[in-house]
Amino acid sequence: MTIRSNSGAPLLEVRNLQRFFPIRRGLLRRVVGQVRAVDDISFHIDRGETLSLVGESGCGKTTTARCILRALKPTAGEVLFQTGAGEVVDTASLPKAALTPYRHQMQMIFQDPFSSLNPRMTVFDIIAEPLLASGIKNRDQRRARVENLLERVRLRPEFMQRYPHAFSGGQRQRIGIARALALNPSLIVADEPVSALDVSVQAQILNLLLDLQDELGLTYLFVAHDLSVVKHISDRVAVMYVGKIVEIAETDQLFKAPKHPYTEALLSAVPKPDPRLRSERIVLQGEVADPAHPPAGCYFHPRCAHAIDRCRSETPPLEEVLPGHRVACHRARELSLKGVDAPPSPHPQQLRTL
Amino acid sequence: MANREINGEGQPPVLTVNNLKTHFFTDEGTVKAVDGASFSAPAGKTVGIVGESGCGKSVTALSILRIVQKPGRIVDGEIILRRADDAEPVDLAKLDAEGGAIRAIRGGEIALVFQEPMTSFSPHYTIGNQIVETIRLHQDVGKAEARNRTIELLRMVGIPRPERRIDEYPFELSGGLRQRVMIAMALSCNPKILIADEPTTALDVTTQAQILDLLREIQARTQMSVIIITHDMGVIAEMADDVIVMYLGRVVESGPVDEIFHRAKHPYTQALLRSIPSIFAAPRSKLPTIAGSIPHPHNRPAGCPFHPRCAERMMGKCDVHIPRLRPVSRRQMASCFLYHEPDEAPIT
Repeated sequence: MTIRSNSGAPLLEVRNLQRFFPIRRGLLRRVVGQVRAVDDISFHIDRGETLSLVGESGCGKTTTARCILRALKPTAGEVLFQTGAGEVVDTASLPKAALTPYRHQMQMIFQDPFSSLNPRMTVFDIIAEPLLASGIKNRDQRRARVENLLERVRLRPEFMQRYPHAFSGGQRQRIGIARALALNPSLIVADEPVSALDVSVQAQILNLLLDLQDELGLTYLFVAHDLSVVKHISDRVAVMYVGKIVEIAETDQLFKAPKHPYTEALLSAVPKPDPRLRSERIVLQGEVADPAHPPAGCYFHPRCAHAIDRCRSETPPLEEVLPGHRVACHRARELSLKGVDAPPSPHPQQLRTL
Repeated sequence: MANREINGEGQPPVLTVNNLKTHFFTDEGTVKAVDGASFSAPAGKTVGIVGESGCGKSVTALSILRIVQKPGRIVDGEIILRRADDAEPVDLAKLDAEGGAIRAIRGGEIALVFQEPMTSFSPHYTIGNQIVETIRLHQDVGKAEARNRTIELLRMVGIPRPERRIDEYPFELSGGLRQRVMIAMALSCNPKILIADEPTTALDVTTQAQILDLLREIQARTQMSVIIITHDMGVIAEMADDVIVMYLGRVVESGPVDEIFHRAKHPYTQALLRSIPSIFAAPRSKLPTIAGSIPHPHNRPAGCPFHPRCAERMMGKCDVHIPRLRPVSRRQMASCFLYHEPDEAPIT
């Protein structure tokens, strides 16, 4: 257990985080292998900042999020969280019971607003539950707080006696956000918060998250697979592949000038909402490596068009190639990769604002 | 395949849907899931049907295959399938949904690829088993022959080591592979029309790119007509030749893909395009939004279904009359009173 006082530290610093899942076989359930879901990753998030973890399913982004919240115990590594009192605690090593005072400072927004709300509880009960759990026994106080929270997420407080089924997907997601905000957290971990929503509603929720961040000084760890959504919300982006961070940089930098071939391929694969931009895309061959049996060297090399012999034998470290831009690729400095820049002709309809 | 079909343009479309209405008669009232959809699918082309949840895009697909579940049924309209050169076109809407005629067409001339490749297979049988069954249901071939064809199909859709994979169960495959198997199964009887209902929604972007490429490649080879149903404007921009935009069961706009993306006429299409998160956006930029949310199907607004959320609504017109789909340019149609006056027709 490490407790230090450090006010200049980032809100969250993850150091060499690992989470393996054992593969058990046979009658004795012997461990025959490990799924390296999160394999030695390090990053930090400054106060008031949004860091997005992106990657494809199975890359370990959700496992990382769950380790940070200590919903899963990391196999190794440190998760240094700066508490409201200014101390830095390692939530990875603290015993479960000792975590309780810090739990309310980190909250989660879930993906599916349909299954993440208890259908038998009213909106009031859903949002007030964390308040009750934190010891606010007075019902009027809870009521006032719930009203305030509903207004914050732009829902009418009159609705608080209704049940979740009476609300649309977007409204339910607002309820989930209100619940996450109930205990004034400093860190919000949002795991795919808009991917279950209709397009016209996604924009509302993304705008709300941006507004709340400005109003409340929140820090977001945003887990998503949709790079367009990530572009709208993030200050910095970390790209994960088979349990490792392969690239991390400021959003603009990462999108305009990616340095890792996997990032380039991901950006290229995103369908662009303009038929005039149908062009040669980089279509990656094969499949994501199996995290139980990752290939030797760089995990991406079997799918990489730029792989050389060194990539097949030697694991590339995550190195800084430009200030704030770290890449795990042996050839990061020599390759010139294609990012996405502004479209050649601006979208006439996107210039108009509503 | 007759070479006449490759000429495309002057040909009558393979499938024409006219004023299709599929309603669900529930205890709480009638849900007009599809309420007057019209479009046609030419050979070798891709029609994209785009819209948000509840717009009726999936029910349209189910209606074409006549697999709408009770209490839903087709109450009006026609679905004309043009068959081999000399045969009479059939109106699928008039067929008995359980009869032999439609069963021969389903999985035969018209194939369907679903969104969720996990739940669209039976977990009890190997994938090979399920494809062989489809082939033998529609074609008079022996087991061994059907199995060989299945291996060929799996190879064609890019499944590595198909002779081994054929004996695997669906759970043993990744999402991308499962979707490829789904496509192989759909292609097993050389369909003229492939309906793909959110074929890549459950997949990762790089897998999505692979599957979309695969669909394009197969279409170029077989000249089949593809109807792709999605909520994703990016997929539409990548894939479609013609686009149908639906909202609450009605077609609000239709036209060639470039017109839809660059000269959209209907306020809903315009607002939808503006509200999509774009990979070209500046970081931390706000998006224009569409006010409100999609109404519950039981509380369908009177008049134009989009008017409560429309920034350009004209009260007294849009909230009273239902706009019809009318030409707004040479190849584009929109149902909006900004472009035409209401008919005197009664309100339905």
